[in-house]
Formats: sequence, structure tokens, C-alpha cells
Amino acid sequence: MDLLRLLTCGSVDDGKSTLIGRLLHDSQLIYEDVLASLEADSAAHGSAGEGVDLALLMDGLRAEREQGITIDVAYRYFSTSRRTFIIADTPGHPQYTRNMATGASTCDLAVILIDARHGVLAQTKRHSYIASLLGIRRVVVAVNKMDLVGWSQDRFTEICEDYRSFAKALGFGESYFLPMSALAGDNVVDAGDNLGWFDGPPLLEHLERVDIDVGVDLEHFRMPVQLVSRPDADFRGYAGTIASGVLRPGDEVVALPSGLSSTVERIATFDGDLDAAGPGRAVTVTLADDIDVSRGDLLVTPGSEPQRAHDLDAMVVWMSDTGAEPGSSYLLQTANTVSNCAIRSVRHRVDINTGAHEPAPGLGLNDIGHCVITSDRELAFDPYSSNRATGSFVLVDRLTNATVGAGMIMGAASAWDRTPDAALVRQRSEISDTERAIRFGQQPCTILLTGLTAAGKSTLATALERELFDRGKVSIRLDGENVRMGISRDLGFSTQERSENLRRVSEVARLVNGQGLIAIAAMVAPDRDVRQRARDLVGAERYVEVFVDTPIEVCRERDPHGLYAMADSGEIPRFPGVSADFDRPTDADLRVDTSTQDVDECIDAIVRMLTERGFLRGPSSP
Amino acid sequence: MSATLPAELRLTHLQQLESEAIGIMREVVAQCERPVMLYSIGKDSSVLLHLARKAFFPGKIPFPLLHVDTTWKFREMISFRQRMADEIGFELIVHTNADGVAQGINPFDHGSKNYTDIMKTQALRQALDAGRFDAAFGGARRDEEKSRAKERVFSFRDAHHRWDPKNQRPELWNLYNGRVNQGESIRVFPMSNWTELDVWQYIHVEQIPIVPLYFAAERPVVERDGVLIMVDDDRFVFDEGEVAEQRLVRFRTLGCYPLSGAIESTAATLPEIIGEMLVATRSEREGRVIDFDQSGSMEQKKREGYF
Repeated sequence: MDLLRLLTCGSVDDGKSTLIGRLLHDSQLIYEDVLASLEADSAAHGSAGEGVDLALLMDGLRAEREQGITIDVAYRYFSTSRRTFIIADTPGHPQYTRNMATGASTCDLAVILIDARHGVLAQTKRHSYIASLLGIRRVVVAVNKMDLVGWSQDRFTEICEDYRSFAKALGFGESYFLPMSALAGDNVVDAGDNLGWFDGPPLLEHLERVDIDVGVDLEHFRMPVQLVSRPDADFRGYAGTIASGVLRPGDEVVALPSGLSSTVERIATFDGDLDAAGPGRAVTVTLADDIDVSRGDLLVTPGSEPQRAHDLDAMVVWMSDTGAEPGSSYLLQTANTVSNCAIRSVRHRVDINTGAHEPAPGLGLNDIGHCVITSDRELAFDPYSSNRATGSFVLVDRLTNATVGAGMIMGAASAWDRTPDAALVRQRSEISDTERAIRFGQQPCTILLTGLTAAGKSTLATALERELFDRGKVSIRLDGENVRMGISRDLGFSTQERSENLRRVSEVARLVNGQGLIAIAAMVAPDRDVRQRARDLVGAERYVEVFVDTPIEVCRERDPHGLYAMADSGEIPRFPGVSADFDRPTDADLRVDTSTQDVDECIDAIVRMLTERGFLRGPSSP
Repeated sequence: MSATLPAELRLTHLQQLESEAIGIMREVVAQCERPVMLYSIGKDSSVLLHLARKAFFPGKIPFPLLHVDTTWKFREMISFRQRMADEIGFELIVHTNADGVAQGINPFDHGSKNYTDIMKTQALRQALDAGRFDAAFGGARRDEEKSRAKERVFSFRDAHHRWDPKNQRPELWNLYNGRVNQGESIRVFPMSNWTELDVWQYIHVEQIPIVPLYFAAERPVVERDGVLIMVDDDRFVFDEGEVAEQRLVRFRTLGCYPLSGAIESTAATLPEIIGEMLVATRSEREGRVIDFDQSGSMEQKKREGYF
């Protein structure tokens, strides 16, 4: 018999506790004396009038019983002849995001309850988002209280369509939609008499049959070493639980971080050696060679090794009353290591009701945000989306030892966020900025010409370079296409690679500015956040953004290299303006349009602006 | 990613629970300095002991077992305890509250509440303090009682062994935070996700030895307020008119004999016990007299440090 761990999401008002009570009750595993004590309790606190309030079964602590709400994760157990179930029951209110995340972290399936009278609400979206974030890929959408909408099929269909349209982006597999009345019992354990128009199985039957092996990773072997077992001189074994993949004697394994490899000799257990062990199994492994392996190491198969980095991009759920700010430091505990870490930055916070990103100075209790985290030791990890066990961590307060946050690793932080090696020392110049300004008759700045492909950025950059040269100014032109032939030869056109290309150009511009020169960069730079990073890196006082706002129709017409045609046909994926977003700058220093202005007019406008901002003259005389 | 799991690699639900418990035990040994296992000699403790042997195989169990002996345990429990220690070879600490003994505290004269507090709760604290243990394994399960449904696997206790429901750590995935400051400790429940049925099935599948009192036999009992109390030795205080009678009974939970209710049963084998379970009409705690005090009483006891 196998085990299914499921999460129930919804509020008391959705009838969630009633549903679980019904599952337990109707599968006849509520003992009679528990029922008797419930009947006594119901008289004091109940809300169901006559009869047993099934919801009371679910509320554990006395304070909660009196408040009438569930404020933590309660685990419930029941089994049928086909399967054993563990229900993580979590409350639905926004302030309980952390509880729901906790419950979801161990579950394979989520039952999302919707009150048929109210349909898809903000909380439905919240629950779905959190379930998705925590890696749940199987969902049952249970439209409850069908009795209160006259068992209406139309109402059910309408709610299903609403749900499907917003849940598209959440990455769930095929969801199961079912109409239900937990109170009356229809479609919980038995089909009942009122939903004759629905021909799918009732909830319990679905839970008994749903495939729970989907997504089990048998290919990438990972085992965090918990303990080294050395009972005597002859035995040296590494104890741990297999996170993913399959292990057999004779397999080659690599120990991280050392990178040393050996061959599996035995998979030792109390019940005898195993020929093979798969995900979830606690084992003790012995190796053929005496390589140095200790707690905190990760055993993996060669060729499918995890990523390694000090700086991580992660989604973090904050669980403490004391908020997190950039610079806050914690202990970072993963399946195999504990290290010191700091939150370097909070890239954005997620509005869990809409999924929208919003800027935030830090994270407060129940916030979820994208953070960049730097660890003092190199971490070996997989993205959470491919491995929950090696892609998750908790943050622990060093003084109180409280667990304050939980994180899901997206990947190594982009180079924008990476910390330079602490041993590096910046070499200073002997020439002052003033000396340079006097020599060149200018103040250094970086001009970013951003806009769609074929908007005229390169043409303007070349003309601007000429104009500045003729005026006796010293500039360096960094053309997006040119840099791709050299320092960015390794980069493609994904969002991340475009971002990295702009980072490299910005870093060069910063070096060039440091030598007193003007940098002219011509780049598509489609992402607002990335342009902001360029601005921050160069320094806002030196950064000039020129939006080359030529209408896309004109760009398409020009299209000297036929790129738009290739983008339309899908030959070039993620093409800004066609198959990917181009975030129009809203706070550019200058906007030009090469469809209505000729090159000279544009250059005049740019030069005028540079002059006004004082970049085109040396230090003012004392 | 592979869609189908070969049968040889598929874990039964008992194997999954077993692996989870083993992982938890190993984590405690790795994180904590002085773990101890609370050994009550009951069936859950027997399973816990078995899991510990598995977790550290081929090594020995790397922590002592602690039995808080109230001096009122069934005699068969004490002999079973000795037999296990001899056969398995673990380090056994037996602690009795000497003050309580000196004061003659007993379940007949002092009421279950006072007796339990002095001979169990206080005794446990004394033993944990004396051993300076920073982690204590227990066999408690979330399905036992309503207030335990939300209990953590790593349950944090302050320096006075108190459990504060508002100050428990979030537990996500299988990442357990066992960090404590001086004097604080954690109680660890590796079998949190087991049900009573799982326990019995596991005992059966793994052939784990348990105290014979769990199996039905003719035993001398007195019926008192509807509860069958066994007359285990000559310290039993009969109320007026009471006499011991032989009945075919077994115990679903074991503790101090004057406080453990027997049930009438003919189940003398594990399959028979499991059969009775499946048609059970009384949950296991009914046999524990202390729970009758008041609704929410277990929660109260936990706050005070009762296991």
C-alpha cells in the first residue's frame, strides 16, 4: 500500500474542516468515543446546530477551539484498502501564508476548496499560488457547497473556467475539477444523489487512484550524507536518505564538495544489503575507496551533478515577526549543510493574491519574495523545481535559534548579484578625476540608447560618437552587436543572457567612466529591471537613458537582417517586441523617434541634453 | 524524469514511515550533543527502539535509553525491559523520583493528577536535567489525541521543559532545526506520522517483541467506574466490596498498572489485535485514566512538561 500526502486549502467558511471530518467519518475511522467527546464539545462550541460539527474534529488546541479558527498546520491520518493518507490541514487566511507553505512543503497533491456561491476568490488564487510555489503539481479543485447553488451544473462549469484561466501560469499538471457538498456528503466518499450530471469519481476515489509516481526523479542520484558510521575498524559507511535517483552496488558516485569519486560497494541496512535503493529510502552506503566523506557532503552520480555557487536566487517565505532586510545575516540550513549567509537584496515581493511583483525594502511576516542570498560556503544544490530535497533551505536566527524563513532555490544568482572574492583588492589610480576632467574637457557619463531592433540605435550611436569626436570629446562606443562578437561571444538571446550582456557592457562603461571617458552603449535592453541595474551599477548621476522610440511598424519595415520575419516564424524565440516583452522606458532622460526625426535632429537633442547636464565641459574655473 | 517507479524501488507506506523516522533519528544524532531516548516499554517504545537499531546499523544505538520508573509499572514490563537490555545491549538509565518514593506517593492515595505530576513529569525533568540531555526521543504520534495533531517532529522546550504552543518552529520539508541554547532542549517524535494501526502492522511485519500484556490472557482485574484495573501486586488497594476476578483481557496502552485500563478481548495474536483494531470502537486513550479529567487536559499536561 502506498502513501499520499495531501494539502487541503481553504478557509473555515469553505467547509474545509467539514470535508476532512467527512472523509474521516465516512471512511469510518473516527472512533466512537472520539465521536462521543465531539458531541459534548459541539454543545459548547459548535456551529452546526443539532448533530456533530465535523469541523470540531479538526481544531486541535483549546484556544483555537474557542476562537473558532485553525491557526496552524494540523496533520490527519486515514487509510482505505488502497492507500494511506496524510492530510496537512492549513488555514486559509492571508496571515497564515507561512502555515500553508509549511503544510505544502511535504505534500504531493493539493485539494483547493472553492465555495460555489462565491467562486474563485483572491484566497483561491493565493492558495493556488503557494501550492505551485512549493512545488505541488497535482491539484483537485473541489467546488463545495453545491447544495447552496441548487446543484447547478452551469455554476460549476463557470467556476471551472474561471479557475483554468487564472491557473494557466501556475504549472500544475492536469487538474481534477469536481462538484461537491461536504455537508451533505455528495462526491466526498460516495457520489450521492444530487450531482447526477457529473460522471467523474468522488473525491476519495480520485485520491485513491491518482498517479503519485509522476515527477519522481530516478535519474539524478542525490544523497546528503547525514552521518558517517564507523562502528569498528572494518566498516565505514555513509548514512543518509536518497533524495532522488537510484543507487546500486557498482555504481560510481562523486562526493561533493571534494569532487572525489569512488564505487558503491554495499547498500547496507538492518534487513540485509540491498541490490538497489530509490528515492525516499534511508540507507547506509559503503564505498570501495577510502575517500574523505563527512556529514554535509552530497553523494551524486557523475555526469548529472548539481550546481554549485555561493550566491543564490531564491524565493523566500518569511516566517518571523522580525522582518528581513538586505544585509540581515542568518544560518542557512539545507539538507546537507549549515552555513552563514546574508540576504544581499530583495529583488521584489510577490503579491500572493495576484502574483504581481512589487518592490519591497525587505520581507515581513508572511511575505514571499525573490531574494539574493550569499553563503559563506559554496553550496551544492539543484533548482527547487527539479528537486525539492536539494533545492530547499531554511533560515535560522543565530541568537534565538528560531526558524525564520524558508527558501526555494531558483538557481545561482546572476553575475549582477555575485560577490567578488573577498581577497580581491581594488587598485587605485594616481590620476585624479579632476585632472582627467581638465585634460578631456568633459565629465564622464554613460549614454544607453535603448529600443527595439532596427529602431536606429547603432546609427545614432555612431553619429553621436562622430559628433563628440568633432567637438574634441573622448568617448568609447559599445555596440550591443559588436560586443557579442567579442566579450559576449558566449551569450545567446535568452532573458538571462541579454541581462548578462548588458551587465558586461555596464561594467565596461563603468571602467571607462572611471578613466574620464564617455561611454555610448547601443543595446535593446528590453527589461526594465535590468536597465535599472545598469543605472545602479554605473551610478545614477552618470547614467543617461535615451529611448529610441521608433514605432515597431517602422522597425519591421527597415529590418535590414530579416530578424522580425525570423521572429514571426518562431525561428528566433523570445524576440523583444514580437514574442517577448519590451518594457517601454517611462523615465528615460530623452526620447527620440527616428521615424519622425532625422539623425541630426536626434543628435542635436542628445548633445543639448548632455550639455545641459554639464557633461561636455571641464571643471568650472574656481 | 521517469514516469514509472520500478516495483523493486517502490516503498510501502510502512517503509516510507520507517525511512522518515530513521532520517529523523540520524539528524538528531548529527545535530545534538546529548540525545536520549525515552523508553516507556510500551509498544510505541518498542517500535522506536527497533527503528533506532535500524538507523544506526551496523553500529550500536549511540544514545542511552531512559526509563522513568514510577515503581508502579506492571511487573511484566520491568522484566521485559531487562530482557531487551540484555538481548539488544543498549545503555539503560532507570530513574525514579526518590523524593516521591520517600513521601510515599502512590496512585491510590494521591489521585492520578498529583501522582502523575510527581512520579512522571517531575521525575522526567529530574532525569533530563541530571543527564544534561539536549534532545529526547519519544514515541508520541500525532493521531493519538487532538492536541497532538499540530505537534512538531522537533518540539522545542525551554530551560524549564515547558512547551509553548506559540513558540514552536516552522518545520518544512525534512529540514529539522535542532539548535538550542544552554539548558533548552527538544523532544523529538520520529513516529509523528504513524497511526496506531501502522504501529501494529509494523510490529507484525517486523516481528518486534512487545510486552505480553498486549495479548489477551486471563488476568485478575477489578472493575472500577467502568474501567478494568489489573491487580498486579499486593500493593493494590481494594475499595470496599471489591474483589479481583479473572477475565480475558488485554491492554492497548501500558503505564502504571493502577492507571491502565484493560479491555475485554480474545485477541491473543497480532493479526487478531489488528483485526480488532479495524473494527475498533474505542480509541486507545480511553484506557488512560488521566485523560478523563477535563477536555483539553492533555494540552495542559504538555505545557507542564508531561511527555
